[in-house]
Amino acid sequence: MQESATSLALTLISTADPDLLEIIGLSLRVSLSAVGLSLCAGLVLGATLAIARFPGRQAVNILVNASMSMPPVVVGLLVYLALSRSGPLGWLGLLYTPSAMIIAQTLLITPLIAALSRQVIEDLYLEYADQFTSLQLTTVEKIKALLWDARYSLSTVALAGLGRALSEVGAVIIVGGNIEHLTRVMTTAIALETSKGNLALALALGAILLTLALLINALLSSINVSAKRYAYA
Amino acid sequence: MKQQPITYTLLKRCCIIFIIAFFLANHAAANSDAILVQSTTSTANSGLYKYLLPKFEIETGIKVNVVAVGTGQAIQNAKNCDADVLLVHAKQAEDAFVARGFGVERFDLMYNDFVIVGPKSNPANIESNDTVHLALQRISATTSLFASRGDSSGTHKKELSLWQSVMPDKIISDQSWYRSTGSGMGATINTAIGLGAYTLTDRATWISFNNKQDYVIAVEGDSVLFNQYGLIMVNPEKCPSVNVQHAQVFIDWLLSEDTQQTISEFTVNEQQLFYPNAK
Repeated sequence: MQESATSLALTLISTADPDLLEIIGLSLRVSLSAVGLSLCAGLVLGATLAIARFPGRQAVNILVNASMSMPPVVVGLLVYLALSRSGPLGWLGLLYTPSAMIIAQTLLITPLIAALSRQVIEDLYLEYADQFTSLQLTTVEKIKALLWDARYSLSTVALAGLGRALSEVGAVIIVGGNIEHLTRVMTTAIALETSKGNLALALALGAILLTLALLINALLSSINVSAKRYAYA
Repeated sequence: MKQQPITYTLLKRCCIIFIIAFFLANHAAANSDAILVQSTTSTANSGLYKYLLPKFEIETGIKVNVVAVGTGQAIQNAKNCDADVLLVHAKQAEDAFVARGFGVERFDLMYNDFVIVGPKSNPANIESNDTVHLALQRISATTSLFASRGDSSGTHKKELSLWQSVMPDKIISDQSWYRSTGSGMGATINTAIGLGAYTLTDRATWISFNNKQDYVIAVEGDSVLFNQYGLIMVNPEKCPSVNVQHAQVFIDWLLSEDTQQTISEFTVNEQQLFYPNAK
């Protein structure tokens, strides 16, 4: 079966199968948007938790760390209940649209980005604390400096978020509905083909998804390498 | 650290671009004039929609979005107003849906039948002319494994009613040989094959299923295995979001003589999957 899955994957790619391109495009659109939105929220939250000192900070950290284990299907269910026509946000008409999928994935990976970036920034902050004190920087200035100097580590954090978004199926299948030509993405297509008994095709789609992840990681890594070379040249 | 302001503006710009892109995506989706069908899985997985819907879209220009889930979940989603049309196969539940005011009216659309599939080795010694009743008795007597959907789908409801008649005084889910998978039809067949268990499936899903391995139909042809598909418009009085005009066009089209003929011409592996019976 592996044999035929590989050849199926190659056929799908070499013929530029329009259905395949469509679901790859949607997977990327949904997950990259979710990562973008999560970075906006997660980095601010993570940096704030890293340098702010307030009572209950440790409890908040634990809570954010624990939310990394939030099952996608639970996030999907909560977003479904909110966006359903009978739910509080039903009037927006967002259920079963790519936007609903972006919302669900954003909620899913924001805690991951916040928790990981909090750790990265906190470690860097320990190194910089004395310097910051002597320069008498404001909190906002400190956050800016830390985010910039931690950018390489934070790009790995973003990749972790993207990995979780691209690979999850539980949330998008509930809020997206796996509608053909509208909300079908790589993972929901894999689940569907498995349920139809098309195991070779499902495996081929899985291989394509992995290749896609590999390409994104290689791209980011090469950007990082050349940026570092430029910075230290 | 001199680069900070640049990063900050960059970050801010990125955020703004993402948020704008996000709202543009919403806008495009909200503008669509499509109707939403909550459906059972067999009609989708067998390829019936892929065969029918392009014809409908060409004739009427109306786009149909199908969410294929188990009948139980489809009905629940429709109750939450997340559908314009419901296409499922559990007559009692459908009648209750209409009676409670969630649906306008129920129409018979088409039928096929359920079959019990099992391994070729036939551990329960089921004979080809056995009734369902007898076959299930043999499964329980030999404690052969049986995989159940366990998800309140139309097939699950059917299966429970069959077991109820075989062993009315026992709780089926307590039996050690009875495995509730809690998943869709295809996933349950995959599991049954993995376990070497018997399972109940609709014929359309079975014929179009591509991982049969050494599995064959063990029981078929008993009149209790009749499987009726029904069509209901979600009640706009309960759910103002229902696209009444387009939903009505879709229902009329499916029930029309031409489309009924088209449904009867749909085959997979040269076998007819659905038998139209709209009145």
